[in-house]
Amino acid sequence: MLASWKTPRGWRYWSAVNNSDVGKWYTGVAILYLLFGGVLAILMRLQLAFPNNDFLSADKYNQIFTLHGSVMMFLFAIPIFEAFSILFLPQMLGARELPFPRLSAFGFWAFLLGGCFFCGSIFFDAAPQGGWFMYPPLASTYQPGIGAEMWLLGFSFIELAAIAAAVELIIAVLKSRPPGMRINLIPLYAWYVLVAGAMVLFAFPPLIAGSMLLELERAFGWPFFDPAGGGDPLLWQHLFWLFGHPEVYIIFLPSVALVAMIVPTFARTPIVGYSWIVLSAIGTGFLSFGLWVHHMFTTGLPGISLALFSAASQAVAIPTGVQIFCFIATLLVGRVQKSVPMLFVTGGLATFVIGGLTGVMVAVATFDFQAHDTHFVVAHLHSVLIGGALFPFAAGCYYFFPLINGKKLSDRLGTLAFWLMFIGFNVTFLPMHFTGLRGMPRRVYTYSEGLGLDTLNLISTIGAVVLASGFAVLAWDIVRPKKRQPMSPRNPWNAGTLEWVQEMPGQPWGIRSVPEIDSRYPLWDQPDFLRDIDEGRFYLSDAEEGKREMLVSSVIDGQPEYILRVPGPSFLPMLSAIFTGGIFICSTFKLWWWMAASGVVALGFILAWLWTGTAVIPEKERKFIGHGLTMPLYCAGRDSVGWWAMLITMLADITAFAALVFGYFFYWTLRPEFPPASITGPGVLWPGIGLALMAGAWGLTLQARRWNKAERSSAFYGGLAAATLLAVAACWALTQGPIVHRMDPAGHVFSATVWILIIWTALHAIVGVIMQLYCVARRAAGRMTGRYDIDIQNVSLYWHFVAIMTAVTFVVIAILPLLR
Amino acid sequence: MSMRERHVVSEEHQSLWLLTTSPAIWAGHFAVSYMCAALWCGTDPERATSAIGPPTWGILISGFVALAGIVFTGVAGWRRHSHGNDRPPHDRDTPEDRNRFLGVATALLSGLSALATAFVMLSAALVPLCR
Repeated sequence: MLASWKTPRGWRYWSAVNNSDVGKWYTGVAILYLLFGGVLAILMRLQLAFPNNDFLSADKYNQIFTLHGSVMMFLFAIPIFEAFSILFLPQMLGARELPFPRLSAFGFWAFLLGGCFFCGSIFFDAAPQGGWFMYPPLASTYQPGIGAEMWLLGFSFIELAAIAAAVELIIAVLKSRPPGMRINLIPLYAWYVLVAGAMVLFAFPPLIAGSMLLELERAFGWPFFDPAGGGDPLLWQHLFWLFGHPEVYIIFLPSVALVAMIVPTFARTPIVGYSWIVLSAIGTGFLSFGLWVHHMFTTGLPGISLALFSAASQAVAIPTGVQIFCFIATLLVGRVQKSVPMLFVTGGLATFVIGGLTGVMVAVATFDFQAHDTHFVVAHLHSVLIGGALFPFAAGCYYFFPLINGKKLSDRLGTLAFWLMFIGFNVTFLPMHFTGLRGMPRRVYTYSEGLGLDTLNLISTIGAVVLASGFAVLAWDIVRPKKRQPMSPRNPWNAGTLEWVQEMPGQPWGIRSVPEIDSRYPLWDQPDFLRDIDEGRFYLSDAEEGKREMLVSSVIDGQPEYILRVPGPSFLPMLSAIFTGGIFICSTFKLWWWMAASGVVALGFILAWLWTGTAVIPEKERKFIGHGLTMPLYCAGRDSVGWWAMLITMLADITAFAALVFGYFFYWTLRPEFPPASITGPGVLWPGIGLALMAGAWGLTLQARRWNKAERSSAFYGGLAAATLLAVAACWALTQGPIVHRMDPAGHVFSATVWILIIWTALHAIVGVIMQLYCVARRAAGRMTGRYDIDIQNVSLYWHFVAIMTAVTFVVIAILPLLR
Repeated sequence: MSMRERHVVSEEHQSLWLLTTSPAIWAGHFAVSYMCAALWCGTDPERATSAIGPPTWGILISGFVALAGIVFTGVAGWRRHSHGNDRPPHDRDTPEDRNRFLGVATALLSGLSALATAFVMLSAALVPLCR
């Protein structure tokens, strides 16, 4: 088994896709971005240390605060959750691997490339300046240069990677559990990952859609946010915060998840109120989507809108508080052992509660009118994020480090780091509440003396330096040479959860044999558990065929369903990420031909990756996995993880489409002149023909799936060939509507919206055509048959979504204008 | 355990969607309330000072309907939780305990959703509509 899971050596090491390697890289790079963001913060604090300071110019300061916020949010806070989860989730679930290891690797390379590209902009004086939420017109009309492109395109690329990771993690929680791990027994970390992953699916797409619209406005003058062309800048704020507020909880929930793993270990008792914590995670996940307008309280919305969002903002404090009470109860019930992770946990919870309380204050609209855009908000958000995410992250570093290289971090350095960070944090941010209440606006590069801000700002700067020194100690503890340090004992904290079965140092296979679980804390409750795992007495203890194999199980009860063979090391994910990144980078510089070339190469690599690494037909039907159990080696349709991945990905995709449609309704309802009388298109005829042709392509694809099942090759090839032709014709027909009626997308937002909906639908249909041709090739090459039909099953599922999008586009662009 | 009981707690009759039913009802009511009120206030400048209007009544009446749905779901969850003679934490490796856990989590989420829905209704009852 060791041979099949071996990590490649030398330069080929970078082709590794194993979750333990990719997770390590991911975490390391996220920490580097954290340090980079921290340096930017220190530069800002140095500038603000004294009134009328000229350490930084206004222009540079603008770039730095924009970069600081963006880097911390997009390149640290969200990715670190995914990085930690890639690294540890499989072990918590007793799984060998994540179900799509190459997808994790793709996500990592995309993250590395996109992040470096974005961070590098500051060294060329080309960083964006609009603040991390990029409001137009500040980020459109008033910001020439490529800074905003860096943000819009760079982050769209990274967000795609984040969605890919979320898909992977959701499926891991639902389908990769060991036998017996029913839904009432899964580690709380997994619950949080499930909720945060689902939130990523519905929160990121609106921002991707919004970024696309803003980029089209910047590059081609399509006036989505420009009132002169019928657009509205408030739409951006809606789309951004529809992402932005859930994002806070996407950051916070996985961090609390770390707390939920650490607290029981050091309290020496199972968590108190498991069901209540699940309530908190799911409840927060839902409520967080009802908060976005509280960032827009000062935009002149009706009283009821303010009240509704204020009420939801107060309501979310309930589940947030419930989980904190559960942790406190667990600590009270148990006998708490002092340790560095617990220091960070308690410090973090205290800090978070302070941030939470100021959050309840700014959730009151009338208070927010006063505090909006002042340093009070800066103090609030940093209390929440540093207390709610950064301290738990540091706790996680100290807690989980032995799982990374078998050595513990230093208790002495850890304690020092904690006190420096805790004191530094409070000295920095407590005074900011007062500077804010005294009226100091955020994002202004200096202030006049004698306004009562001088001393408070100086104290904040001193605190920031102390805080940064705490991070430096933490970073040093992580990277310091540990060769002479002895190995940590196995399960050094005497924890009860599954990840601590790992040997020191860990083996690349994750777990020696996949155990049968009958407790939330198997290491505490199941006798001889470690011995049985080590001696291979559980399931799948060998890899006789030299393949990397993992168990796929049912959602509710964790019953084994089949064995998934996951692909091994490959450079294809890296190359795919580089050239996919090329699409975004070239379009930043408006190098359209290079962009297209990069896209074609990326497509080639992705197809090669799919062709060689997915839906491989096994050499036999079933395999014995121990304990009298024999499992299939291949499942298609709803039984396969690939089908679920397609479904979940497409849910995210259709959410982005829904955000575009939301934009249409936003204009349609609030603008009496939408659609304007002067624009007659696109009519009903051409969109109708497009819909009919697309429906034909969809129907034939579904029929082709049946013909494939029945092994009717000629019908299958003929059907899919006809489907591709119909799909291409449908795209042509859809575009004819606006072309025939001479709808200029740069002229009015109605035309622009019609065009964007058509382009979106047509692009999806083109991707669908590539998939159809791929299926034809797979069958022709003998890699897909009636029995082994994962490819066409997944493609059929994809085509359902294309059909839905086309139908909605037809109704929106052709039928709705008739009603006005 | 009788055949019928075994049938009730079998995996085929369980779903995670039950957990999300009550929060989804809150979300639906919240979104529709927000959109209708924003549209009503936004489409006619003369309504900009209205303190009360059709959306106020709509939010309140639909709120009661939403609450009824949430209570129904919560009671269904509570019944599952009370199945047999067990008390939390429902942490045994049995279909019954899994069933009870899903029940209690459903009931708790229904409680939170009911509260959040009541908050929405209070907003409509207490705050001037468009001002």
